[in-house]
Amino acid sequence: MNKKALHQDPPNRIWSFFCSVRLTVVVLLAIALTSIVGTFIPQSGSAGFYLEKYGQGWSKLIMALDIDDMYNSWWFLTLLAMLAVNIIVCSIQRLKVTWKVIFPRKIVFRPERFRNLKEREAFAASLDNGELVTRLQGFLERKIGKVTTQNLEGGTALFAEKGRWTRAGVYVVHVSVLLLLVGAVIGGLWGFKGRVSIPEGETINVIELRQGAHEHHTLDFSIRCNTFDVSFYDTGSPDEFKSNVTLIEDGKEVLTTDILVNHPLRYRGVSLYQSSYGIAGAKSIQLTMTARESGLAFQEQVEFGKTVELPENQGSFVMEHFVRGYNFQGHNLGESFVGKVTAPDGTETQIVIPVKFPTFDKMRRGEVAFSVDNFEKQYYTGLQVNKDPGVWYVYSGFILMIIGCWITFFMTHQSYCVEIKDLGQNKAMVEIASTSNRNPHSLKLKTAKLALTMKELKS
Amino acid sequence: MVLSITTLAYALATVLYIGAWTFKKERFATLGIGVLISGFLCNTVGIILRWVESYQMGYGHAPFSNMYESLVFFSWTVAALYIFVEFKYKERLIGVFATPMIFLAIAYASLSPNISDKISPLIPALKSNWLIAHVVTCFLGYAGFAVAFGFSIMYLVKPENKETGSLLSRLPNLGIIDELTYQMVMFGFLFLTIGIITGAVWANSAWGTYWSWDPKETWSLITWIVYAMLLHLRMMRGWNGRKIAWVSILGFMAVMFTYFGVNYLPGLHSYA
Repeated sequence: MNKKALHQDPPNRIWSFFCSVRLTVVVLLAIALTSIVGTFIPQSGSAGFYLEKYGQGWSKLIMALDIDDMYNSWWFLTLLAMLAVNIIVCSIQRLKVTWKVIFPRKIVFRPERFRNLKEREAFAASLDNGELVTRLQGFLERKIGKVTTQNLEGGTALFAEKGRWTRAGVYVVHVSVLLLLVGAVIGGLWGFKGRVSIPEGETINVIELRQGAHEHHTLDFSIRCNTFDVSFYDTGSPDEFKSNVTLIEDGKEVLTTDILVNHPLRYRGVSLYQSSYGIAGAKSIQLTMTARESGLAFQEQVEFGKTVELPENQGSFVMEHFVRGYNFQGHNLGESFVGKVTAPDGTETQIVIPVKFPTFDKMRRGEVAFSVDNFEKQYYTGLQVNKDPGVWYVYSGFILMIIGCWITFFMTHQSYCVEIKDLGQNKAMVEIASTSNRNPHSLKLKTAKLALTMKELKS
Repeated sequence: MVLSITTLAYALATVLYIGAWTFKKERFATLGIGVLISGFLCNTVGIILRWVESYQMGYGHAPFSNMYESLVFFSWTVAALYIFVEFKYKERLIGVFATPMIFLAIAYASLSPNISDKISPLIPALKSNWLIAHVVTCFLGYAGFAVAFGFSIMYLVKPENKETGSLLSRLPNLGIIDELTYQMVMFGFLFLTIGIITGAVWANSAWGTYWSWDPKETWSLITWIVYAMLLHLRMMRGWNGRKIAWVSILGFMAVMFTYFGVNYLPGLHSYA
């Protein structure tokens, strides 16, 4: 803050604080530097995760400063808010001055302004009894725009300009940044982000929200997952994930369609995205039972909850459920079945049958060892369920930003002054000078080219 | 094969530019741009052939899907942009620090043992028309910043007082280098902006959110902010010359981290 600002009353001081470009640079730098932190420290982990990874002291600091979710933390949002206020105040302050430049009542042209420019193009020409002036005037009119003529001592000055409006481009960029922030706020306040897993054939209408560990949200409609398919390339990498879903509203099926990665389903402002999948269960399970004493193997197709008699009168078995990953003494055994053996004397034992390790159950040293040879997978589809009413503000911001950057960077406000000096005897010296608010080098090349064309201009 | 020719041509062009600068031979620079253009044409053919080949293999996707392909394309964009600048501004010699980058990127692609040149099928998340728009615009942005970086280095090594005969004073006029740096940054900034935006729109259709603070996104934003600061410092606070050259170098460090460094961080962009 400069000295002048210190003598101002508080509202003015706040105003001057926010209208400095230095503040813009400082805030941008602060946003950039703090953002780095969140790329090195994983976000949205649990308290336990940070404790394990960074130790007691650091994890306390991480939790205290909200670094576990830093892009939504109060201090990061404050930085973004400061940027927004800075942009608004700066733009208002500058528009006060440039408004008159961008939209002048009358364009005033002063040849003196161009006389002092170092870079000038000049060539000698015949005055053609005044024809030259008309010719150059017509040329400028075609190439640049409306021409103002001014008679000077010993000559004529022509003035033309274009692209005055492009000076507004930078405000378009600033408005676009504000639109992005507004869109993000709207999305944060009135939108939600959640996820849901639906096994094939099942219907749900409650989703788990991402923010807040176990918050739920009930949708206005239900989603039924009819089928889920995953296909693979011959290299083994996934080719396509596809869920076929039906939306049900008030008990009526309203829509049946496929959801693929990159092809979300949008319905009533809610978008459903394919985000994951997995195995929810199994059917048609081929079970092999090997009796320990005789070593004979018996195969049988079993279903969940149905009791099967064991061979050689060893009791009975019932398949209870399927787990996607079974944790055995700290090792993940992968897809496994869990069942219960009832011995002839009535004692019950719960057993685990990992699909990948067919000899695992032998180690139990039971009378009968179980293994699963084959089964059909029942998939579940993992959908991302989002609602973001702010997205259209963000998209308009995107479009404005591209347009604004284009105008600001590649279009300039250029003014040209062509002075035709009467040297007598029908001879003239033509001098061309130009200014622009940006990109002087390109203007120089352009002016030189213009001068060359003018020189060769025939009536 | 095509890649080796391209790499060789770019290497030769680099040598010629440095030679032109060292031995004060204009002819070397003229030869340099010729070789550079031939290298660029080979590079173009290489990219097209690879594209065609991916269709023949039945995968059918643009060659922008892994590190190898992106490096080759990076060389291509920097070469294209540099050739354009040399013709537009009619300055020879300005390629002294830009051509080595073209060569280094493609040499890294062909020589590094960690980079596989196999054509592999696209994972589902990459199957989108946004892939081409996103990659092309991002890389045009990177190319603008790379060329700006070359110019900034050139600005810093050239002494301000013009001692004739010294090696470094033969570089083009400082004012022009400064102006060109600024032009390249604006070009890069516009395309990085479009690149981030196309990425956001794509993310919104693939992952359900236009911005998720994934490390690559965050780093591209950091890069964007550094160059936004550069533009504000230059336009509003009148910075130029050495100061801007340093900010431009800082910006390019951010670009490099966004391009390479982020791959070592966990995130959604883990495939490229």
